[in-house]
Amino acid sequence: MVQPLNRFKESASQTAGPYVHIGLTPNFSEINGVYPHDLGSSMVNDKTRGKRIAITGRVLDGTGTPLRDALVEIWQADADGLYNSPSEMRGAADPNFTGWGRCATDMVSGEFRFETVKPGRVPFNDGRLMAPHVTFWIVARGINIGLHTRMYFGDEDAANAEDPVLARIEHRVRLPTLVAEPVEGGYRFDIHLQGEKETVFFDI
Amino acid sequence: MSEGMLSNRKPETGAFFQRDREWHPQAYTPWYKTSVLRSPQKALLSLDNTLSEITGPVFGHNILGALDNDLIHNFAKPGESAIGPRIIVYGRVLDERGRGVPGALLEFWQANAGGRYRHKKEGYIAPLDPNFGGCGRTITDEDGGYVLRTVQPGPYPWPNGPNDWRPAHIHFSIFGHGFAQRLITQMYFEGDPMIPLCPIVKTINDPAAISDLTAALDMSATTPMDSRAYKFDIVLRGRRSTLFENRLEGN
Repeated sequence: MVQPLNRFKESASQTAGPYVHIGLTPNFSEINGVYPHDLGSSMVNDKTRGKRIAITGRVLDGTGTPLRDALVEIWQADADGLYNSPSEMRGAADPNFTGWGRCATDMVSGEFRFETVKPGRVPFNDGRLMAPHVTFWIVARGINIGLHTRMYFGDEDAANAEDPVLARIEHRVRLPTLVAEPVEGGYRFDIHLQGEKETVFFDI
Repeated sequence: MSEGMLSNRKPETGAFFQRDREWHPQAYTPWYKTSVLRSPQKALLSLDNTLSEITGPVFGHNILGALDNDLIHNFAKPGESAIGPRIIVYGRVLDERGRGVPGALLEFWQANAGGRYRHKKEGYIAPLDPNFGGCGRTITDEDGGYVLRTVQPGPYPWPNGPNDWRPAHIHFSIFGHGFAQRLITQMYFEGDPMIPLCPIVKTINDPAAISDLTAALDMSATTPMDSRAYKFDIVLRGRRSTLFENRLEGN
């Protein structure tokens, strides 16, 4: 016999279900008056530093149908590559940028949209710089555990080519699933849950 | 957002323990039909946390309204309250090391006492309660403790099999201190015979993991002549010590 490690097990995930909006974006689901606004609906203000961009896209199922009941959250560094988090030890992030956004996909079109800034580069664990990227977390009915992925930028070829995380993708043909297309005013990023273009999801 | 942290503890910067993907539900669980076309089929890309996952948004108590954790009153007309069995749900948010997680944002949502959600896509015959919205939130204290007040939600039928019902449950969304800890789960109630019948509960393989999502009736925490109480602890991913890594930051 040996001493017990006394570790606890993480609470098991359960699907967010079809009514996730009630809890996480109640004003979007017309439950008004409980909270002044939906958390994560605004990431920037007039004083936020950096280049303004909009990130739009959809989450598509195995038939190519957009999910109209998904909830997407993003987390990113500010324009200087600093996170607005107590665990950020390298310096103080832009106080006018939250770094975190939350958006329910549109109930008709399935579109999500984030008004944010283009993030700066953040170092990997060995000090090399990662390419600018935005972390995505997707939950919905039918998704048993939140899906974690990253969006990189289609106009950052040089940085993407030296990114240590992208370098870990064995099947290079899948790399474009993580790269957003530059469009007027920002970037477009569709997330494919299945199929030939299945997005690379992370266990991280 | 970070200025709302009340803790005197030093921020931690270690990577999180690997997630036990066999303890969590698999993505593809065909008895829960919606998962069939929404489950990734290729292997996940596994790698150790970077700063992008070690960090995460933290929310201050300044975002909270006085009634945010009181679902009996936060949507009710003045002087009125939601209908149903009054309950208190309390517990702690811990990590896998057994440490309390202070400053964790919990958001919760549920059906009313009749099993009806206030949602435009919901068509169950049970009526809406004009005094019940169904959402609430709170932030854990220094020890990771939290409490909320609500009415016990009802079970309800849902389109999956021809006669599938959800057990009574409350949805919980939790933010720890790193985005890699992000979690959504559901709380079930001790003694509910619907639990083992539910296709969504059955997405979890290990009965111990289901027990961990089942809140215990705690008569010691009830308010006599007012509310019964259920205890529901939530465990988030634990974090490695950074003591012997490149930058000495202490434990």
